[in-house]
Amino acid sequence: MLGRRHLLGLAAALAAPAWPLRAQPQGGVVVARFGPMPPPAQVRRVFAAGPPAGVLVAALAPGKLLGWPMALPPQARALLGPALRGLPHTGRLAGRGSTVALESLLQLQPDLVLDAGTADATYVSTLRTASGQTGLPMALVQGRVADHGAQLREVGRLLGVAARGEALAGQADAILALAARLRAGVPLEQRPRVYYGRGADGLETGLGGSINVELLELCAGRNVAAAAGAGSLTRVSLEQILAWDPQVIVTQDAHFARRVQADPLWRAVAAVRTGRVHCAPALPFGWLDGPPGVNRLIGVRWLLERLHPGHALLAAQEPLADAVARFYQSFYGADLPAPALHELLEADA
Amino acid sequence: MPVRWLLAVAALAAVVLVAFAAGKFPVAPGELWRAVAARLTGAPSGLSPAVETVVWNIRLPRVAAGLCVGAALAAAGAAYQGMFRNPLVSPDILGVSAGAGLGAVLGIYLGLPLAVVQALAFGGGLAAVGTVLAVAALVRRHDAVLVLVLAGVAVGTLLGAGISLIKILADPATQLPSITFWLLGGLNAVTAPDLLATLPALLAGLVPLALLRWRINLLSLPDEEAQALGIPVARLRRVLVAAATLSTAAAVSLTGIIGWIGLVVPHMARLLVGPEFSRLLPASVLLGAGFLVAADTLARTAAPIELPLGILTALAGAPFFLFLLARSGERQ
Repeated sequence: MLGRRHLLGLAAALAAPAWPLRAQPQGGVVVARFGPMPPPAQVRRVFAAGPPAGVLVAALAPGKLLGWPMALPPQARALLGPALRGLPHTGRLAGRGSTVALESLLQLQPDLVLDAGTADATYVSTLRTASGQTGLPMALVQGRVADHGAQLREVGRLLGVAARGEALAGQADAILALAARLRAGVPLEQRPRVYYGRGADGLETGLGGSINVELLELCAGRNVAAAAGAGSLTRVSLEQILAWDPQVIVTQDAHFARRVQADPLWRAVAAVRTGRVHCAPALPFGWLDGPPGVNRLIGVRWLLERLHPGHALLAAQEPLADAVARFYQSFYGADLPAPALHELLEADA
Repeated sequence: MPVRWLLAVAALAAVVLVAFAAGKFPVAPGELWRAVAARLTGAPSGLSPAVETVVWNIRLPRVAAGLCVGAALAAAGAAYQGMFRNPLVSPDILGVSAGAGLGAVLGIYLGLPLAVVQALAFGGGLAAVGTVLAVAALVRRHDAVLVLVLAGVAVGTLLGAGISLIKILADPATQLPSITFWLLGGLNAVTAPDLLATLPALLAGLVPLALLRWRINLLSLPDEEAQALGIPVARLRRVLVAAATLSTAAAVSLTGIIGWIGLVVPHMARLLVGPEFSRLLPASVLLGAGFLVAADTLARTAAPIELPLGILTALAGAPFFLFLLARSGERQ
């Protein structure tokens, strides 16, 4: 295996492409570009390298997205607009974790390959190699939740849909500005202590700084697991959660939300006793994470409501159900009829 | 000899005591004592409900599960090493872990509730070994033990490929971490109902091993010699495989895949009491139970987060195993 990879690398090096294969730092959220960028007006076919990029392109230019990097269940597809609902599953491009063959990628004839999310050296070099081998132009944008406005704006320009990018970025900015205003008004010690339970048993959580839990701090909550240090996902025990004694539990897993209510052991946790266990909708994409993309913007609004119920700033906004309907219409092109909207929000116990 | 056994039991009791006293939720030794005393006398303990919950509903099932799973894995490993006449054999040689892993991973991938994931793991483990036995029964011309091992390796590889395939297909943001954590194993999610549901299968596997411990010695002889001594070799082997599989599958469905216990603990036991199986089995059971509870205590106290048990057992087990290998090499 190693030998073959070396050979491929060697072949790529010998191919001596006509453009510099170096990352071109642009400032802003576009971290790297490889290959000759097509003029925005000529970008008609876009391959999204991973789930966050898929959601981003779907929101900005549904007609240009070639397919979904991830498999979407029928329930998720039902909540997408007509242009997105029927798109095939084209696989993801992530070095050894790829599920799309480079040859299939070439066959799709994309004008641009876009990746969004983590932008460390591994991802940059993966994209560099893939671009060198295929000759396709590729761009990598970073995407923490605070970047989503800039992400929509800049990628909108790259894809030749600047006006739409501007409009969606305006919505993103408004949601993030609401969170910032609320944060500014709630001193640290008054912020609710929140546990984010993942997985069917809810004993999986994100440490401080993890991309999976960044919504908690953004929405003026305190992630109890940050006490255990910074890092990414980890397992904890119920004993640990009892010691943290969170005031609020949020999750995206309906099994876990039901289990918490039924399991007498969890009743010792303050959040369960006071009924502050909330399950975020996860369709068509997660509201809290999974994938960590622009889909989380509606989760910001939802989480603000759940962490700070009755806050004056939120009372002045449009009702949550209206905000959800508007978000699904503008980002996914889906007109949710009232029953579908009701069903979506019903997941939240 | 009895002194040595007493020491072993005392050491196990000490490990259990430490496991009860240690943990993330602060429980003072005095509170622990009051909780136990209150249970024994039936009087109210006067402790906060949270402390009661931690001691009786979280730590007790966890420590009990550690004892049972450690004992089951070590016993199955000792039986297999004797039966296959091979010191490198562990309970997952016939594919039980790979089968259980595929079942659980499939359950997580399909987003099924936890109880179903555990049931799929248990069923997957049994199905994998059932397949191996069926394949081995079809092949009659070769050495029976060799056929079993080869069929086990092949089926295990096939199921491992299935696990990898699902990992590739799983959602990298939500399902993949759950799958990874499951495959690394841990006692952190064990509850009393889970343990009680698994216990019958665990015991149904352990009891036959204990009852047959005299006969397992004879399986270390070549098949012809054992048969000449009046041992129904093929049947005995099937019973042992079924028993070891039952308890291993039950253990794995409860905790995920915990490596090294079944491989290394029987060797430790052999160093202490020698290869005679009627002594080796209880020694393995005691050591396995103690080793797993100690490792789990470390897993939940050493770092601010829970460390996956599979990593800790390998960290402790691998160096010891290398030491054993080096020692056996010197003697030759």
